[in-house]
Amino acid sequence: MPKLVYVDNAATTNLSKSVINAMIPYYTENYGNPSSLYSIGRDAKKAIEFAREEIANCFNADVNEIFFTSGGSESDNWAIKGIAYEQAKKGKKHIITSKIEHHAVLHTTEFLENEGFEVTYLNVNEDGIINTDELENAIKPDTALVTIMYANNEIGTIQPIDEIGTICRKYNVIFHTDAVQAVGNIEIDVKKQNIDLLSVSAHKVHGPKGVGVLYVRRGIKILNLIHGGAQERGRRASTENVAGIVGASVAIKEACHNINEKVSKISRLRDYLIDEVLKIEKSRLNGSRTHRLPGNANFCFEGIEGESLLLLLDMQGVCASSGSACTSGSLDPSHVLLSIGLPHEIAHGSLRISLSDYNTKEEIDYILEILPGIINKLREMSPLWEKIVCENTK
Amino acid sequence: MIYSDKVMDHFANPRNVGELRNANGIGEVGNPKCGDIMKMYLRIEDGIIADIKFKTFGCGAAVATSSMATELVKGKTINEALSLTNKAVVEALDGLPPVKIHCSVLAEQAIKSAISDYYKRQGIDPIPLVGEIKED
Repeated sequence: MPKLVYVDNAATTNLSKSVINAMIPYYTENYGNPSSLYSIGRDAKKAIEFAREEIANCFNADVNEIFFTSGGSESDNWAIKGIAYEQAKKGKKHIITSKIEHHAVLHTTEFLENEGFEVTYLNVNEDGIINTDELENAIKPDTALVTIMYANNEIGTIQPIDEIGTICRKYNVIFHTDAVQAVGNIEIDVKKQNIDLLSVSAHKVHGPKGVGVLYVRRGIKILNLIHGGAQERGRRASTENVAGIVGASVAIKEACHNINEKVSKISRLRDYLIDEVLKIEKSRLNGSRTHRLPGNANFCFEGIEGESLLLLLDMQGVCASSGSACTSGSLDPSHVLLSIGLPHEIAHGSLRISLSDYNTKEEIDYILEILPGIINKLREMSPLWEKIVCENTK
Repeated sequence: MIYSDKVMDHFANPRNVGELRNANGIGEVGNPKCGDIMKMYLRIEDGIIADIKFKTFGCGAAVATSSMATELVKGKTINEALSLTNKAVVEALDGLPPVKIHCSVLAEQAIKSAISDYYKRQGIDPIPLVGEIKED
């Protein structure tokens, strides 16, 4: 039995060895403040600018379009608030997003609603994909921003980003996408895809926590979120997280290298997992089977509750995740699962397994070995399962 | 969110889990929409909880509070079982995270609901004795 099977890579990932090695010198020797004049300060500054260039190359962006932040959530907050307040000066106070965004986006748009902005939340179909006609119809003369995630963190659904970009360009509306889950899984070209702002996080791709990137297309005006210094060309104050930025650039570069090879390896594992898990009675796969992140598998098992399932998996060394209400501390299950039309009682019993290229077939086999027993144990003590079985035999 | 060792023990090895074939009082509270249902089976003999079993759909805390509640009332008189509070269940489990306190309330209500059912089967109006049951 493996000691620890880590299959929660959509939550965070292990640091890759090359990332750690690249970071260490900026903690030990080149610890200077990049704003300082002396050599170890200048070296740190050079490292940041080299990292910026490397990251720009990954997304076909220009080096001056890349800004470092404290993570994906800050990038989302900055993009949305920064554009909203800038556009509001021209009287544009309407934002379009989707119902299945990450809370870093949804809670930001809710905040803006309280500030007097109008927000349209696009529906998604049963696979979790938005309707581009609905998007086009929602655009108004005062639409300031469209913000739609590249790929969903819970169910792995990939949105038609090319089409969304084309529509936004046609109406001259600014387009932001939260690409935190997409980086390293899909090739991203901000120019070709008409993406105006792009949020990226390092720790989802074997980089350090606490480092993010916001790409802002040249010529797009955005208000600052963090005030207080001249860093990031005056756009984002705070002494730079030099080691983190260096680590982020190595991680993102590695993630964007050989994408096709990685994707085919990981999706083979994922498809094997999905096919085998769906043999369990009263189970279902959430999200699209085809427009799906290579590492994402999200299931519902009727008659059981997600947190109990996670606790039992954890006792046998498996780290996974759930859209269960009980893990988030609210009474409602995942907004994503409800938006794709699942009833509450089924949405409570979800399990997300997210793979990276560090996972092996042996690990999947181990999960497949223990999962049916865990589900049986929980169903045997579930009065809800009793009812489901009863209704089925009627 | 961190559970105490006692919660984890009662979750992983729940006491009195299952059904009671000769139950003479059965209560169910909670609803699937909220993500937890507790069902209690009682065998009451000479005013004593002679046997008790439960089935629960819900999170770790829901299972653990059900298990602990059955332990706390087993072998007790009906009146003693009725005086079981959710606070006593929480204390016996060495505490619960704040968002999980409602699970202990559900466990208390599940016991009361099963005793109500017992009284009804005896032709006794349970309301003056047990009070109103909060069903979820």
